[in-house]
Amino acid sequence: MVLVALSVVIIVALFYVMARPAAVVPGRLQFAGELVYGFVRNGIARENIGSHDFAKFVPFLFSLFLFVLVNNFYGIIPVIQFPSMSHIGYPLGIAVLAWLVYNGAGIRKKGFLGYLKHETVPAGMKGPILLLLVPLEFLSNILLRPVTLTLRLFATMFAGHLLVILFALGGEYLLLHSDPLLNKVAGVFSVVLAIGISFLEILIMFLQAYVFTLLTSMYISEAIADEH
Amino acid sequence: MFTTLVFAAAETEEEELNPLIPHTAEIIIGLVFFAILLLLIWKVVAPLFEKAYAERTAAIEGGIEEAQAAQKEAKAALDQYTQQLAGARSEAAAIREEAKEQGAQIIAELRAQAQAEAERITSTAHAQVEAERAQVLAQLKGEVGTMATALAGRIVGEELSDSAAQKRTVERFIAELEESAN
Repeated sequence: MVLVALSVVIIVALFYVMARPAAVVPGRLQFAGELVYGFVRNGIARENIGSHDFAKFVPFLFSLFLFVLVNNFYGIIPVIQFPSMSHIGYPLGIAVLAWLVYNGAGIRKKGFLGYLKHETVPAGMKGPILLLLVPLEFLSNILLRPVTLTLRLFATMFAGHLLVILFALGGEYLLLHSDPLLNKVAGVFSVVLAIGISFLEILIMFLQAYVFTLLTSMYISEAIADEH
Repeated sequence: MFTTLVFAAAETEEEELNPLIPHTAEIIIGLVFFAILLLLIWKVVAPLFEKAYAERTAAIEGGIEEAQAAQKEAKAALDQYTQQLAGARSEAAAIREEAKEQGAQIIAELRAQAQAEAERITSTAHAQVEAERAQVLAQLKGEVGTMATALAGRIVGEELSDSAAQKRTVERFIAELEESAN
C-alpha cells in the first residue's frame, strides 16, 4: 500500500518536473518526459483509437501505463524488490476501471442496446448462427476481458517474482548451507540464472505495462468504432 | 527442503495461501491511488505536454507559412520581372519593325520623288529641245527662203516679183529637203 502511494508520488513529481517547462524547444528533462508521453499518446492511443477520438483517452491511458510500469518495476529495484502488481487486488482494480471506461465510452456513443449489439453481433452474421455467436461474443468481449487483463498482469508479475526468489534463495542455500561440492557448482549456476531472470523480468515488466495499456486502448477503439 | 523454502518465501510475500483471492482493501486502495494519479495527470501533467505540443505545432506551421509567403512573394517578383522583360522585348521589336517600315517608306518616297523629278527634268528638256527645234526650224525656214530667193534672183538675174509664186517654190524646195532628210 505504501508502495502504491509512493508510485503515485513518484510519477506525478517526476512528470510534473519534466512537463513543467512546456517549452517549444524542449530541454533534456522535458524531452525525456515527452518521449514517454508521446509513446503512449501517439504510439498507443492515436495508433489504436484513431486521431479523431484519441485525445480524451490519453490522460487515462498515460496514467494506466505509468501506474502499471512503476508498480512493476518495484520488483527489480533493490531493497523494495516487490512488484505491487503481484497482489491480485491492484491489477483487478485497474482492470475493472478499464472495463468501465471502454464500456462507458461505447454506451455513451451508441446507447446501451446499440452498444450491446455492436459488441455481440459480428458484422454480416444472420440467422441461427447468432444463437451461438452472441453469447460467445458477449462472454469474450464483455465478461472475460477484465478477467484476462487482471490475470495476465498478475500472473506474469507473480510468477516472475517467484522465479527470481526461487533461484536467488536456491543459490544462497546451495552455496552457503550445503556441503557437497556439486551443490556449490549448482549454486553458482542458480545465482547466475537469478540475475539473468531479473533482466528478463525488466523486459516483462515493461511489456506487461505496454500490453495492459495497448489492450485497454484497443478495447476502447473497438467499443467506439463505427463498424467491426 | 527446497520446496518448503519456496513455499515459505511465497507465503511470506503473499501472506495468504491462495494468491488468486483478492483483498478487498487492495482493490479499493489501488483504485483510490490510481484515481489520484489520474486526476493529477489529467489536470496538470497532460495539459502541459499538450500545450508544448500545440505550441510546437503552431511554431512549425507558422514557420512553414512564413516560408510559403516568402516563396510566393519571390515568385510574384519573378513573374513581374519576366513580364516586364517580355514587354520590353516586344516593345523593342515593335520599334524595330516600325523603324524598318518607316525606312522603307522613306526610301520609296524618295525614289518616287526622284523619279518624278527625273521625269520632270526629262520632259522639260524634251519640251525645250522641241521648242528650240521648232524655233530653229522656223528661223531656218525664213532664212533659207530669203537666202534661196536672193541666191536664185542673183543667179536668174531677175526679181521674182510674184511673192506668192516665190513662196510656193521655197516651200516645195523645203519639202523636198525634208523628204530627202527622211
